[in-house]
Amino acid sequence: MKVVLQNLTKKFPNRNKGVRSDVIAVNDFNIEIPDGQLIGLLGPSGCGKSTALNLLSGLLKPTSGKIFFGEDDVTDLPAENRGVGLVFQNYALYPHLTVRQNIMFPLENLKGAAKLSKAQMQEKALEAAKLVQIHELMDRKPSELSGGQQQRVALARAIVIRPDLLLLDEPLSNLDARLRLQTREELRRIQHETGITTIFVTHDQEEAMSISDMIIVMKEGVIQQVGRPQDVYDSPVNLFVAKFLGTPPINVFSGEVKDGGLWIGGDKICSVKLEGSRAVWVGIRPEGFDLDENGALSCALAGVEVMGRDITVISNNAMSDSGAIRSIISAENRVDTSSDTVRFNVKPYKLFLFDKETEERIYCEIG
Amino acid sequence: MDKNNRKAWLYLLPAILFLGVFMVYPLVDVFVYSFEEGYNSASQTFFGVGGYNYSYILHDPYFLQAVKNTFILVIITVPISTGLALLISVALNSIRPLRNLYQTVYFLPYVTNTLAVGLVFMILFKKTAYSDGLVNLLINWFGGQSVDFIDGPYWAKMFVLCFYTVWVVMPFKILILTGALASVNQDYYNAAKVDGTSRGRIFTRITLPMISPTIFYLVITGFIGAFKAYSDAVALFGTDLNAAGMNTIVGYVYDMLYGNSGGYPSYASAAAIVLFAIVLTITCINLLISKKHVHY
Repeated sequence: MKVVLQNLTKKFPNRNKGVRSDVIAVNDFNIEIPDGQLIGLLGPSGCGKSTALNLLSGLLKPTSGKIFFGEDDVTDLPAENRGVGLVFQNYALYPHLTVRQNIMFPLENLKGAAKLSKAQMQEKALEAAKLVQIHELMDRKPSELSGGQQQRVALARAIVIRPDLLLLDEPLSNLDARLRLQTREELRRIQHETGITTIFVTHDQEEAMSISDMIIVMKEGVIQQVGRPQDVYDSPVNLFVAKFLGTPPINVFSGEVKDGGLWIGGDKICSVKLEGSRAVWVGIRPEGFDLDENGALSCALAGVEVMGRDITVISNNAMSDSGAIRSIISAENRVDTSSDTVRFNVKPYKLFLFDKETEERIYCEIG
Repeated sequence: MDKNNRKAWLYLLPAILFLGVFMVYPLVDVFVYSFEEGYNSASQTFFGVGGYNYSYILHDPYFLQAVKNTFILVIITVPISTGLALLISVALNSIRPLRNLYQTVYFLPYVTNTLAVGLVFMILFKKTAYSDGLVNLLINWFGGQSVDFIDGPYWAKMFVLCFYTVWVVMPFKILILTGALASVNQDYYNAAKVDGTSRGRIFTRITLPMISPTIFYLVITGFIGAFKAYSDAVALFGTDLNAAGMNTIVGYVYDMLYGNSGGYPSYASAAAIVLFAIVLTITCINLLISKKHVHY
């Protein structure tokens, strides 16, 4: 089922005394989410991701705008009639019920024609449990499960009714690093197997990038960019998106465009096709550097981290806006650590220019 | 015994000492008294040892009346007060405007003196030379006959006593229950809502189990409190409860010790032990039932 949001806006009254203006948690969302995909809703804490999710689930009513599930307008439909599956950040498993009872709970709510017999419920619950591989723990209480297992139970409870839309609120944030890696693969697999349109909220860009078919990057209630993870990474529309995606993060320099060239400090990095002269932000991905004795960009060498498969060169430049510069180069290179300075050439397709004021991307030919 | 253990006992000693002197010793003493026939507290003498005290009180119509009254009181007031308190707390929990005001109003009876409350009930229910009381006015207004709630038929008096007890014990229960309800994570309700759970089912399948330990606590203390009822009856019907036919077990114990028919510590002790046995039994039954229905 595809999901369409039209001018969706949610305002909350401001809690600070004396401030009249509302807090706009979700600001004018216009987006069409295609059927059967895994969507990552990505943004820093407090940017309105969870609010957006709650609007979709029906737990919150939008201030204005419309939500369509398929062709149906569900804006005024209460949560209980939307038939979405929702997994909470803390899982919200009923502690007094066993795993089986937890998974069966949504089935027992079905009314009318959809009503199931006890045996059918058992069967469906088992089926969902098998899908998330917890069918051997059916008679345990949630408190007797590990965090990862609880997460699976919550997932099983959400998909047991075969919803058309599955919503996950920070699904991996309560798991340890190893489990998180494993669970995100699981999530991907389950989504593939069921084909349910799935939207998950996360503040972890790596998580979103790794498993999503499409990511939506948010900042302060506003959608910044929508697209396939690789596309968004390769072509960010503004400095925020560029900074938010990628580990290690993008290196940002204060630069200047003049006489058809891009300058960082006293170094001319490359030529750009841009009229006039102006101050710009220059974003260079860590993998966008090539070590070269005669390279254009000169930096003060601070250290080298050898990771085996590649090398991270840490250096400083007076024009850097993001602290130490981390550049990842192939392990075949040899870095002369006795030297004070290190010089790089920059790969033009890994370099982005942004307006100094608006921080919007400046599209031009770089080379 | 290792050193730590010895230290622990040392720290516990003051409490144990006081509890022993003022709680355990009197309890044992009461138990002993209850088997000493014809004990005289002035001369500290008794005729013999045996079950006569028990036999006497179990054949005493006043005691049997007191037991009957107490049981009726318990059976009526504990479920009603707990149920009503639950209803009010759930309602309080789901309204936002004026919530604090309501909470304060509901809590007022708790901080009001029993006898002052008794006076209010007198105004509501007692017949005087000038009026039949507010409640009777209402009954008359609807075309009914006046009922003497204080000196009238047994059922009317029992009604007033139960009404009074429910009214007095409810604020505390509301306070505890609103606290318990507020501490249930909102996510459970949201999860249930998304799953399309009806309001009734949310209440019985989620809210009730979640606050079951609190309800259980209120039921147990409610039972014990109701079994120990005495001052409420005095506030309504005066000190001569036997004559009014509204005595309770604790009232009977008091009367046997100090009342008009006072001076019978042996009978009082036997009655107290019977009460103790009843409360213990009921509490044990409660504990057994709770094992199945209370989720910690």
